[in-house]
Amino acid sequence: MRRFAALLDALVYTRSRNAKLKLLADYLRETPDPDRGWALAALTDGLDFPAVKSATIRNLMTERVDPVLWALSRDYVGDTAETASLLWPGPDIAEDPPTVSEAVDTLSRMTRANVMMELPRLLDRLDAEERYALLKLATGAMRIGISARLAKTAFALAFDVSVEDVEEHWHGQSAPYAALFGWAAHGAAPPSAEHLPLFRPFMLAHPLEAAEIDLAGYAAEWKWDGIRVQVVHVNGETRVYSRSGDDISGSFPEIAEALHIDAVLDGELLVRGAHQGREEGGAASFNALQQRLGRKTVSKKMLADYPAFVRLYDVLILEGEDLRPLPWSDRRARLEELIARLDPERFDLSAVIPAADFAELAAIRERAREDAIEGVMLKRRDSPYVAGRKTGLWYKWKRDPLLIDCVLMYAQRGSGKRSSFYSDYTFGCWDGDPDSGAELLPVGKAYFGFTDEELKWLDRYVRNHTVNRFGPVRETDKSLVLEVAFDSVHASKRHKSGLAMRFPRIHRIRADKPAHEADRIATLQAMIRD
Amino acid sequence: MARDFAWIRPEPEGIHIAPADCWIDPSIPVAHALVTHGHSDHARGGHGVTVATPETLAIMELRYATSEGARPVLYGETLRLPGDVSATFFPAGHVLGSAQILLEHAGERVVVTGDFKRRPDPTCAPFEVVPCDVLVTEATFALPVFRHPPVEHEIAKLLSTLAANPERCVLVGAYALGKAQRLIAELRRAGHAAPIYLHGAMEAMCRLYARFGIDLGDLRLVSDVKTPELAGQIVIAPPSALNDRWSRRLPDPITAMASGWMRVRQRARQRMVELPLVISDHADWDELTRTITEVNPAETWITHGREDAMMRWCELNQRRARALALVGYEDEDD
Repeated sequence: MRRFAALLDALVYTRSRNAKLKLLADYLRETPDPDRGWALAALTDGLDFPAVKSATIRNLMTERVDPVLWALSRDYVGDTAETASLLWPGPDIAEDPPTVSEAVDTLSRMTRANVMMELPRLLDRLDAEERYALLKLATGAMRIGISARLAKTAFALAFDVSVEDVEEHWHGQSAPYAALFGWAAHGAAPPSAEHLPLFRPFMLAHPLEAAEIDLAGYAAEWKWDGIRVQVVHVNGETRVYSRSGDDISGSFPEIAEALHIDAVLDGELLVRGAHQGREEGGAASFNALQQRLGRKTVSKKMLADYPAFVRLYDVLILEGEDLRPLPWSDRRARLEELIARLDPERFDLSAVIPAADFAELAAIRERAREDAIEGVMLKRRDSPYVAGRKTGLWYKWKRDPLLIDCVLMYAQRGSGKRSSFYSDYTFGCWDGDPDSGAELLPVGKAYFGFTDEELKWLDRYVRNHTVNRFGPVRETDKSLVLEVAFDSVHASKRHKSGLAMRFPRIHRIRADKPAHEADRIATLQAMIRD
Repeated sequence: MARDFAWIRPEPEGIHIAPADCWIDPSIPVAHALVTHGHSDHARGGHGVTVATPETLAIMELRYATSEGARPVLYGETLRLPGDVSATFFPAGHVLGSAQILLEHAGERVVVTGDFKRRPDPTCAPFEVVPCDVLVTEATFALPVFRHPPVEHEIAKLLSTLAANPERCVLVGAYALGKAQRLIAELRRAGHAAPIYLHGAMEAMCRLYARFGIDLGDLRLVSDVKTPELAGQIVIAPPSALNDRWSRRLPDPITAMASGWMRVRQRARQRMVELPLVISDHADWDELTRTITEVNPAETWITHGREDAMMRWCELNQRRARALALVGYEDEDD
């Protein structure tokens, strides 16, 4: 428990992703089984002890501490588990702390009837940091910024295996992941996944940087603006997985119910409409799809108003046959055969763009914005389906960004290497004519797009033009114009300006331009294509 | 019968001793001030006469560049004030020269603790328990979650982080008066003999401590050395310099901060601290409650800090108490 508590605290205080990875990897490599498996599950929200909840801790504490002093303390600290760990009258240094496995074992045997007796016994054997770790582990609310992806990357780093393999073998395993550690740490055979509806890591694309590409070797497809999904059916079960491998079948029951062939399919999840690629495109905007995301239950009205379907890009596994080693053109042929056997209401095929040469493709891409399509994809015709981003195989060639001149309004300090720099910028546009009393309304926030030199310049500018401070945030005198690049802009009720930008970044510093010449809200509104 | 101690009154600007027309730690310039210690929220310049320990007066002279009206008083020495009031200074264990002040008038005894702590500190005289009728206590860390760990534990944490990162330096944020010198002294006590590097704002105070016989070993200024020399070393700076431009010259610093607030994880995170060191020059909850119990006053008056929790504790322990609303006392960085 001591090592786990130290890891947890180090993760709490570490902001850099690389440093977090190293901490976690060192822990996974150096900690014995099954402790490391339980710890991994705890960090990725995989543990649940029905008898131990936040309310249990509160009850336990108010039995021992005056309720007023408890409330004042809890209020100040802001976290029940942490408050309890600090208030518990335990030793400065614990003599005989339990191991993580022992703690997990004891916690899982607790019942509502005995938890008020058993939990104190465990707490008495721990120091303040260990008590915090135990209570966090027990109540399953870590909130320390360890995503599943980060944990998998750390696991790969710890045992020198590829993160794609980790991703593939991780799915379907449960804590303490004995088979996973057996494979990575002890060289055993990887856990078998053949008969389970598991996620397979996606093949991804690099942005196109070359000036030209020979279309004899590459096929072009549209890049649709939905979310990339994988639909898996095996042994009568179907799952819909997102890019990160999250199971989103519950949010899209109509997709999960529509596949009856054993297969692993790769495609874009979209909602029916006439926005992307107009009538023949058949897909609504990303905003429409957003109505459907993140819902645990889906009403009939939702299903009727925003009917979802998957536009297929690729087939990875078909009726037990792993097609991933085959060239793209062979897989494409199999996909074109397969589509006839699928429910046309829920599945269609992402068309290959018929362009004779690169110049023609470039001309077609020019029209992408008018057609509200994100851009085009280029896929090498002989590329196997390999997990992750492999140079030279697939490219994404997005339409050119939109540009607008905004005024810098607020700046916030960054984190990690940038913690001494004001590196997060909130910028705004005028809500009318600035010469007749119009005001700036914030329209977006960006923290990249500039060089290190420009960052130093911006940091100095912010410090010399501060009019107000709110903790880590400075309000500037609103004198600097920034040219902001972004992918698209949408109507949003959540923002005062009524607008939300997608992927805004600082494109250019326009120190030469006076602030009153920056763009107006109306200009942005005219760019909405919802 | 309850007494009202009307001769001593808490005012927003400080504690006023009416018969002597004299103030303790006033936040505005007055004719006659008694000052408990040298931190700027207690010791302000511009008074007619300032009574304090020689150490506190030296600190004030360093800060305000004037010693006009300074009237030194030693620990244990009793001072006759007008209006039949006498004042005696006792060590408070907070920083060099820090004092509690015992005031006696008409057979009544009032002790104003100023800031204090009960733990040993190699850079100042230890707190003494002074029996009295009214105890005016500080309450900076008056919440039961504040229980400072042993200082040796925190120093060991600092030294092991340093040893594990030989190419980096550990940058510790610490108050320029008191905390910085205590940290250095504790590092020396733990056997750390290497040079310790200072931000310019620390230098004069460290020299003052040395003048009063506190040996802090080999101290150097960051501005006098080249960056590579700082790898594997400890650098001490005021908390305000931690994540600011000044620290950019340091070799990939690990940001630490020595403060009682570091007990709470979110406080440390807000300050972007990677290595929180729970080292405080204020009494923690256990020290505060123990002090009230040991002094056992008829009344406890609670000044700056978290009065509500302290008041509640007094109520639960059937002790008469009142919260004073004094302005100008803050200790965000301790």
